Parts: sequence; structure tokens; C-alpha cells
Amino acid sequence: MSVLRPLDKLPGLNTATVLLVGTDDAVLQQLADSMLQKNCTSELRVHLAMSLPLPSSLSRPRIDLVVFVINLHSKYSLQNVEKSLCHVDASYFLGKVCFLATGAGRESHCSVHQNTVARLAHTYRSPLLLCDLEVEDFRATMAQRLVRMLQICAGHVPGVSAMSLLSLLRSSESPFLEDL
Amino acid sequence: MDPCDGAESEPQQCPSLDLKGGCPGATPLQRRLESVRRQSAPCVPPTPRRRIPQCSQLQEYSRLLNAFFTTEKQKGLAVEVGEDLSITVTFSTLLGVRGTQRDPDALLVQVLSKSALPSAGRAGKVLWTGWLCCVCGDSLLRAVSQDFTCLPLLLANGAESNTAIIGTWFQKTFDCYVSPLAISAFNLSWMAAMWTACKTDSCVATTELLWSVPCSPQSLDISYAIHSEDARALWDSVHKTPGEVTQEEVDLFMHCLESHFYRHFRIHLSATKLVRVSTSVASAHTDGKIKVSVNRPYILPRCRTVTVYTPHCRAVTVYTPRAAGL
Repeated sequence: MSVLRPLDKLPGLNTATVLLVGTDDAVLQQLADSMLQKNCTSELRVHLAMSLPLPSSLSRPRIDLVVFVINLHSKYSLQNVEKSLCHVDASYFLGKVCFLATGAGRESHCSVHQNTVARLAHTYRSPLLLCDLEVEDFRATMAQRLVRMLQICAGHVPGVSAMSLLSLLRSSESPFLEDL
Repeated sequence: MDPCDGAESEPQQCPSLDLKGGCPGATPLQRRLESVRRQSAPCVPPTPRRRIPQCSQLQEYSRLLNAFFTTEKQKGLAVEVGEDLSITVTFSTLLGVRGTQRDPDALLVQVLSKSALPSAGRAGKVLWTGWLCCVCGDSLLRAVSQDFTCLPLLLANGAESNTAIIGTWFQKTFDCYVSPLAISAFNLSWMAAMWTACKTDSCVATTELLWSVPCSPQSLDISYAIHSEDARALWDSVHKTPGEVTQEEVDLFMHCLESHFYRHFRIHLSATKLVRVSTSVASAHTDGKIKVSVNRPYILPRCRTVTVYTPHCRAVTVYTPRAAGL
């Protein structure tokens, strides 16, 4: 079983690669397109996967950021992400993983409670981003955020590392999560 | 409603949390509504609110709603000679429909048709019934001021047209917004687990869950029916904590059902949307319609208006009146 490791490959010159993991292929594709449209000094590469582990491939570049997309309307996507988390090396959780929950806008369709996802993110010490990826404007904003995070995780932003970004994001977490 | 035997429920997330933050300047109507707080049962120490006989306020509301209702019903209709559209609307308080002491008393609104014949008796046929209540609304009551009575839930039983008319009157009179309450799949799975946990005397009905798969060209509906005994046995094996129901138990219960279905049909029910839950105790649909089987005489205790308990299903539609602008 191959485990995704952050430092097992050499970095490409001025290249930043993000891996989006989620069951909803269409939504991931749209998010990937939005991200690639953003102006960015680094060369962006977006990989999409339904689940982990990824098939071993020598040509795949080093993954700088892993984004787990959970659809709150589907318990299956949450179960899928939970299974995939086993195939990620622990050192990724030092700022190179984030959780993205979509579908919170339509509460009547939700099968998964927001607290469940918040608890999962808290367990893995990774940031949780909430966004309705079906709305184009929100998707574009989220793509911008992810591109910025990706640049930091790839080390292209001088002075800010993935770890320092993680500690910045954690300090602004809502206090109720501390009770979980 | 009273919790089921042996299973206390965690307070569910109430979707009508929009009724927050309050009323900066209480209108005269809101101040009058404040005085519609009846004293609780004599065994409870009296609350430090002023004792105002609320019958006059409720009668005034009855009169106003009666006039509005009659006007709306007769709009555009030529009033025939001899036809007596005698409808009365009554407001009364409904004791017992509350979760905690802090919850305000529930209100019962009924539309009765007065029969023209005196021999038919004074009480006419009930055309429409509605309860305005607040059950375990601590999170809401914290955000509103003390003199504001907050009743965020409206349970309506009757014709949709009557519900619309009465909803409009409430919106105009109390500056609120009445909309149907959509029950999420998350809450429906909780209801499935809790209602399966209820002991019933008659197990004639099967437990049925309906999922909706959004696929083109038309959506697919999957109906999964289990014998109530089997569902109860599954719940008993899952339920470990006595006296309370936890999220893990509900998740495990649903996961067992879904994995059993997957083993036979290779369809992930967890990727679809649960739209209807039907057990021997009650059934609920995602668009807000709830049916409660009334053959248990202790489901509505101390409810003054229901005098005869018959073993039939009564359908109610759940609405949320929300403050306008939120």
C-alpha cells in the first residue's frame, strides 16, 4: 500500500502541485478549472483523485498540498475521505493538508452535521474551509484561497512556511472546537 | 411532544435559528403578546411576571383572525343567500407542549365551522388546527429579551389554503415570516433511530425508509422496508448508553442498514438523500410533513382540545415562523 509522502520526490522548478481528493468528480473539475484560471507566479498543477491510495506513478510530481473535499449532502464522501486519510503520511498534517466542506448552504439536504467535519479536522489538526462549491463566485474565491495556500506550502512565498500558516489559522479557530 | 420510552433525545439542531437577535423596539402588539403567558400549573411556584388575565388578549386575536379569515374566504365569492359561512377561530393556550420550564406556553389555534342547525350542538367541525409552540428552545430564548414570547414552530393540520390564510395573518400581525420547515436527512436519520427505539403496542407497520437518488433523466426513489421487530432488534444491539441516544449510535444504526443494502444491491445509500422515514410510531418527510399515530393516548397529555383518541394517523405539516429580515 503506497502512502503519500511529502518529501519523497524532488521539487520541480517553480512548480506547485495540489491534489484534490473527493467523490464528486464534476465539482472537483470545476474547482480545478477555477484554480488554474488564477494569476499566479508559480506554475500550478492540479491532480484529481476519487480516493487514496493513488496508483504508483513515477511521472507524478511532488504533492505540495492535499485538499480533501467533503460534500455535506453525502455521507459517502465523508466515509471516502476517512478511508483515504490512512494513506497519507503523518508529516503531511503539518500544514500541507486541508479539509474543504461543501454544501452547507442547503441545510435541508445535509446528511452530515458540520460538527462531524469540524471534529475530523480538529483530530487531524488541519484547517477546515467551508464553501458552497456549486456557487460560482464562492468557488472562485475559494480557488484564490487555495492557490495562495498552495504557494505557501510549496515554499514559493518567502518568509511563510506551511507550519507557520497552520499556526496562524489555528489561532483563529472558534473556541467551541476546544471542547470537542 | 413527550420523549419516547427509555430514550431521551439530544436537542436537535433547530433549523429555525434565524429568529435571533431580537426586537430592538417592541411594538405594541409584541408587548401585548408578552402578556399572553398563562400561569403554570399550581404546583409550580409562580413566575415573577405580572398576572394579566390573558383571555382578553387571546379573544382579541380570535376576533381579528376571525374577521381576516372570513374576509379572505369570501373574497371574490358572491355570498349566497342562505349559505352561512359561519366560521369561528379560537385561540387558546395548550398546556404540556413544552420541553423545559423556560419554554413559553404553546398556543392552539382552531378554525371551527359553526353549523347553522342548533341541534347539531355548539361545537362545530374542526376545519383547521394549529399549534404554535417552543420546545427546548433554550438557544433561541437566550437571544431574545425577557418580555418577548418566542414560539418558533407552527404545526398545522388542515387544508393548505387555510394554512396560507392564517400564515398571512400571522405575518401581517406579528411581523414574522412563516415558511415550511424542511427536515434535513441528518435529522430524519435521528428520527428513524429514535422512533425505532420507541416501544409500541402494535407492531403492524413496517419501518420504511425512502431515499432519493438524483440522476438524469428522472430521479430514482429507493424504498427500503424492514420489519419493525428486526429494526428494533438492530437498535437494541447498537444502543449502549441507557437513557440517551448518541450520534455514534444513530450513525452505526444507519450504517448497518446501508451496508446491508450495499451487500445485496451494490448501491451506496450514503451517497443518496434520505427523504422519508416511516415507523410504527410516526413518519416524517423531508418537506415537513409529519404523521403521528394517535393510538397512544399519552402522546398529547393534558391537551384540552383533544378529547377522543382514535387509532388513526393524523397528518401535520410543520412550519417555522421566522422574524422578518433575518
